[in-house]
Amino acid sequence: MKILGIITVIITGFLLLQAERDFPDWGDAASPASDNRLSQHYITETINETRVSNMVTAVLADYRGYDTMFETVVIFTAGIAIIGILRVYGPSTKLEHPEPTLDTEKPDLIIETTCRLLIPIIQLFALYVIAHGHYSPGGGFQGGVIFGAAFILLALARDLQTAQKWVPENRVLNLAAIGIFIYAGHGVLSLIFGENFLDYSILTKVLPGDAIDARYHSMLGVEIGVAFTVTAIMFSIYSNLASNGKMEEGI
Amino acid sequence: MELLQSIADSFNYWIYIILMMIGLYALVAKNNLVKKLIGMSIFQTAIILFYVSIGYKDGATIPILYEHQAHHGHHDAGHGDAEDAHHDVEHAVEEAAKEIHAVAEDHADGHDAHADDHDTLVDSHDAHTSSAIHAEDFANPLVHVLMLTAIVVGVATLGVGLAITQKLYGEFGSIEESEIIEQIRTGK
Repeated sequence: MKILGIITVIITGFLLLQAERDFPDWGDAASPASDNRLSQHYITETINETRVSNMVTAVLADYRGYDTMFETVVIFTAGIAIIGILRVYGPSTKLEHPEPTLDTEKPDLIIETTCRLLIPIIQLFALYVIAHGHYSPGGGFQGGVIFGAAFILLALARDLQTAQKWVPENRVLNLAAIGIFIYAGHGVLSLIFGENFLDYSILTKVLPGDAIDARYHSMLGVEIGVAFTVTAIMFSIYSNLASNGKMEEGI
Repeated sequence: MELLQSIADSFNYWIYIILMMIGLYALVAKNNLVKKLIGMSIFQTAIILFYVSIGYKDGATIPILYEHQAHHGHHDAGHGDAEDAHHDVEHAVEEAAKEIHAVAEDHADGHDAHADDHDTLVDSHDAHTSSAIHAEDFANPLVHVLMLTAIVVGVATLGVGLAITQKLYGEFGSIEESEIIEQIRTGK
């Protein structure tokens, strides 16, 4: 099997290196990927069409809104799949954990204090990353992961039960569904007003400002939706993997 | 020597192919399921490297506008939708206006009283035109968006893969592929 693997890898690598000669040079501004009309339109016209400085956010949430919406659905589906695979309801005695050797009765002072100091800052930073995605690197996915990390830190530092007090399982799944609902809601709302799905400019009827402002504000809306889903699913994935699907005690 | 030069010229592609092959080897040949998942992650990272390196342009910055360019665009957009449609026309008009101002400045040289006034006008115009957005100044945003979503898919697949591995370990007490196959074969 190993020999077969090496042969396969060498042949594939050789073929890819042969094809590499046709690829554009390093840093070539006239490469096919950068030279096409679409990519240049994104760079020069984003600011006029959406008023968003960060082109990546604009392309992600507006021009390629379908892609991002179903990306969020992929995350949601992965979370559901993990719950379906791992989650065990009721008492289960399979896979006994070794008895914890550390004293878990009293939380450590240093860990306790660090958590108290760090978690609010991490959450604030996550909100900043979500809200500031229009002007700096950031957005729903990144901010959502950071927000989820705050809960994972809580679960790691204390135990899963403590984290579950803040984000119990049913609330997590509701949050994940609400995120997709917010995103798809923007699309359906545009549809109701008589435009295409996820064509935000028509949302000027319910949002302040003109059509461009509507696109600007809707992008923030869908980013918030994405952040909800990503936060919830990140924590759900962690808690399921860490507790073997029993949701009782973590690592 | 020639070979080394050709490698140095396209080192980004070499790195991506080597990384990808490491990942592929781990996926095909490794016996341990977690090592297979690590290989899958390396494979995905290679793809991300490939895309991002294609989006790079010499001397270009990240695809976020500078502050003055953003304000320029904001100003433009305030004029109305029709102007967006005729952006090219507008640029031509701007160029023409600049020329007129330059001519006006030449005339103003004779009149000391108005010289300052015209200078400020020309200055503001220079600032206006320098904030124009050129595609070659910014890295390709499209590949970054595609990779942002690819990272997300990577996390999702890795999570599901780990969950399946954990379930298999619960069922068979092993994450070695050969041992699991052996147990299935013997019907245990």
